[in-house]
Amino acid sequence: MKTTKRQSVKIPPFEAVGVVCAQSIGEPGTQMTMRTFHYAGVAEHVPTGLPRLIEIVDAKKEPKKAIIDIYLKSSYARSRADAEKVAKELASVFVSDVADVEDDLETLTIKVIYNEKDGKAQGVSYSALRKALEESFPGDVKSSEPELMLRPAKETKVAKTGEKKEKKITAKSVRKLTQKVRDTLVRGVRGIHKAVVIKGGEDYFVRAGGFNVLGACLNPAVDQKRIYTNNIKEIERIYGVEAARNAIVREIKDVMDMQKLFVDIRHIMLIADAMTYSGYVKSIGRHGLSGEKVGVLGRAAFEETIKHLINASAFAEEEKLIGVTENIIVGQTVPVGTGKIKLVMKTTKKK
Amino acid sequence: MVKRRRRRAAPERTVIFLNGRIVGSHPDGKSLANRLRERRRTNELSNQVNVYYNSRLNELHILTDKGRVRRPYIVVENGKSRFTSEIATRIRNNELNWNHLVKMGIIEYLDAQEEENSFIAIKEEELTPEHTHLEVDASNIFGVVAGVLPYPEHNSSPRITMACAMAKQSLGIYSTNFGTRYDTRAYIMYYPQQPLVQTSLYKALNLKDKSAGQTCVVALTSYHGYNMADAIVVNRSSIDRGLHRVGMFKTYETEERMYPGGQKDKIELPTPEVVGYRGEEAYRHLAEDGIVMPESDVSSKDVLVGKTSPPRFLEEISVFGAVEEKKRESSLSLKSGEKGKVDSVLITEGPSGNRLVKVRVRSVKVPEIGDKLASRHGQKGVIGLLVPQEDMPFTKAGIVPDLVVNPHAIPSRMTAGHLLETLGGKAGSIGGLLMDGTAFGGSTEEEFHAILKKNGFDEHGEEVLYDGLTGKQIKVKLFIGVVYYQRLHHLVSNKMHVRSRGPVQLLTHQPTEGRAREGGLRFGEMERDCLIGYGASMLIKERLLEESDKTVQLICTECGSVATHDYARNRDICPICQSENVEPVEISYAFKLLLDEIKSLYIFPRIVLKDKG
Repeated sequence: MKTTKRQSVKIPPFEAVGVVCAQSIGEPGTQMTMRTFHYAGVAEHVPTGLPRLIEIVDAKKEPKKAIIDIYLKSSYARSRADAEKVAKELASVFVSDVADVEDDLETLTIKVIYNEKDGKAQGVSYSALRKALEESFPGDVKSSEPELMLRPAKETKVAKTGEKKEKKITAKSVRKLTQKVRDTLVRGVRGIHKAVVIKGGEDYFVRAGGFNVLGACLNPAVDQKRIYTNNIKEIERIYGVEAARNAIVREIKDVMDMQKLFVDIRHIMLIADAMTYSGYVKSIGRHGLSGEKVGVLGRAAFEETIKHLINASAFAEEEKLIGVTENIIVGQTVPVGTGKIKLVMKTTKKK
Repeated sequence: MVKRRRRRAAPERTVIFLNGRIVGSHPDGKSLANRLRERRRTNELSNQVNVYYNSRLNELHILTDKGRVRRPYIVVENGKSRFTSEIATRIRNNELNWNHLVKMGIIEYLDAQEEENSFIAIKEEELTPEHTHLEVDASNIFGVVAGVLPYPEHNSSPRITMACAMAKQSLGIYSTNFGTRYDTRAYIMYYPQQPLVQTSLYKALNLKDKSAGQTCVVALTSYHGYNMADAIVVNRSSIDRGLHRVGMFKTYETEERMYPGGQKDKIELPTPEVVGYRGEEAYRHLAEDGIVMPESDVSSKDVLVGKTSPPRFLEEISVFGAVEEKKRESSLSLKSGEKGKVDSVLITEGPSGNRLVKVRVRSVKVPEIGDKLASRHGQKGVIGLLVPQEDMPFTKAGIVPDLVVNPHAIPSRMTAGHLLETLGGKAGSIGGLLMDGTAFGGSTEEEFHAILKKNGFDEHGEEVLYDGLTGKQIKVKLFIGVVYYQRLHHLVSNKMHVRSRGPVQLLTHQPTEGRAREGGLRFGEMERDCLIGYGASMLIKERLLEESDKTVQLICTECGSVATHDYARNRDICPICQSENVEPVEISYAFKLLLDEIKSLYIFPRIVLKDKG
């Protein structure tokens, strides 16, 4: 019989794909070195290798170091200077980055002293700082000395006079407000920091820390179709499970590639599918996939034995002996491979 | 942010400590230290005093305590060693000895603290004006274990580490009074030899009287694949002549223990009435006192010391109502798989005053396939094949190697020292002298070349060999020489283990674990996963049930609990619902145990039975 390629690749019925998949990823996992490679440009240490793999599989809400790749529309992506400009626009700069904020509890005022050196480095001028503060705290910005603008230390007083409520200003509220002033965004997108321009092929793109996809998309230079982050939960939130599944595949593949390990993509896809088939991203382990097994014995064999047994007894659960572990415990043939094949024979009576 | 450690300003005057206690101060501690040292060298101070100046804290420590580890160095002045050639000649003429050198301030002992103030050269050529001391000999940087390895400077450091570790496992003469000792386990080599390539430390320690190894003729070539991956092909005829043969002593001991209530064990010949009597056969080597006769051949499970103990529970009342003294058998017997001759018997008193019997059993351990051998260069291997002398390659002179080592063992491990020893051993055996393999010195390759050449051998140690099987000349010249090999105490006969049937555990009905208990090898979780991956359901069942803890339990079809067989009325009955509708079911005993344990949690598990269809 002629077999086509498709037929030869087809998986036979009752093949234990899950175990094969787990072993195929687990075995190279043992060879992963703790040595980590660095993402070009971003100075921070991004988990790679085993820690990152665990992060993905555990469906962590936020990766230890989130990264966002922001691709630009072709008119901005051609030159490094243009991309650099967009990167500057995107990276968040707070008041505390360019100025020293001090509170004076005697006069109930907050002094913002513009630091010219830091300001120049960030490309934030005195007026830009003042504008940002006036926008965030309208009417509060009181004194200013524009003639001292260019001097190394500049003072701006922001006094708090409650708008409508006429709330009395206390030392405590001034303290609170000081923190707020420090965290005031002067420029950029909140949640995106340390933007670096990287050349990818012909074009330049921006790689930054953080994962504020929506915020980044507001910038007109950003190509909204090509934005990417390593935060899988954020991808799920904005683009849906299918995108999250693809992100899981891509992230695991990246981890394996970085360590120069080869795993067939179908194994990774199976993992991603198992994590997302229910319509949302769930982890592999106690709180996710393994915790949702049908059999009591299967769950009890994995983790938290007593808890599962007692809960099962409280609700008079019935063990249907569907899984592999359950049948091994009881001492029956396991319902995979040859164990699932049954022979049906018609016995015709002899006459 | 880098944390900066705040440093306390050093006091202006040096604080002086004597053995850790402040005794005073001085304006210039450094020069004081130097003056103290000078006085020590001129014997105005004891040579056991050490001085240490800490410039950072401006502290001067004078140490005269006991328990400081000190080692000798040659004193260096202005980049010149005080040990001059003139002094060397005087030593050679026996005018001076070591103690004189110490007295003369040529050699002084430093402790760990004073070493901190010193700049010590390893070789005399390295001396600069900054140096304060010189190592007595460069090879002194090694300790006792590494110091006896030949040519360590020609080997890679991991191999030296391994060679040190393995030298400690070598079998030889571990103690000269081994005949009177009762060590639990001891090995004695039959014909130990001193190595042909020795080091100065080896001689200094007089290790040739306690040597552990034998000199072997080693050919560096392959042999039909039997020396792949660090296996070694060994000449069987050499082994028959006693190569690497060792004797093993094993001591068994037992004690007459006392029990609360004044009862006591008794060492005696157990009678058939004793509970657990092992049959006449097992006691055949025992004398009337219940202890084996020396020189009797014993094999596994033979009793060495007959012993009976009082019953475990007091007053077991017999049918007649009288208290009957039923004794328990608790003899000491040889472990399974072992055999030997009873070497000697020792009867003494134990630490708690009980009668104690020690029996030493001796057996011969002839090298066999799987035993471990190693040279002194971290080159270890197991015997892969024993070949009769006729089948081994031979030289035109008729020299047949004892060992055939695979050349692949050398390049990646970079143990050039092994090759150098091969050459040196060959030169030594031909020239009839001992070679010096001391680190950073010793005999040179050129010396070996000269000796070999003079005696009509190839100077590089290569020779034409003939295949022992075909008699044909081997087309290439082979490197062949003499190397000191050690037999390590990993003997297969002490490790070999198989099981097809055997004991099971009382609790789980699963096979026991470990060689000592004739146990099985665990078919673990990962192994199980592999079978699942293959989909080999039937095989999993066989491994985990059939070959393990399969039981047939009666299950009540009505309440689903485990039922019992009532032997008195010969019927199956459920003890909970009294139903006789009971079916035999094949389950694992571990599952039955699980059900029992769940019940102890106050959970009642029921088994619902269904026909397999």
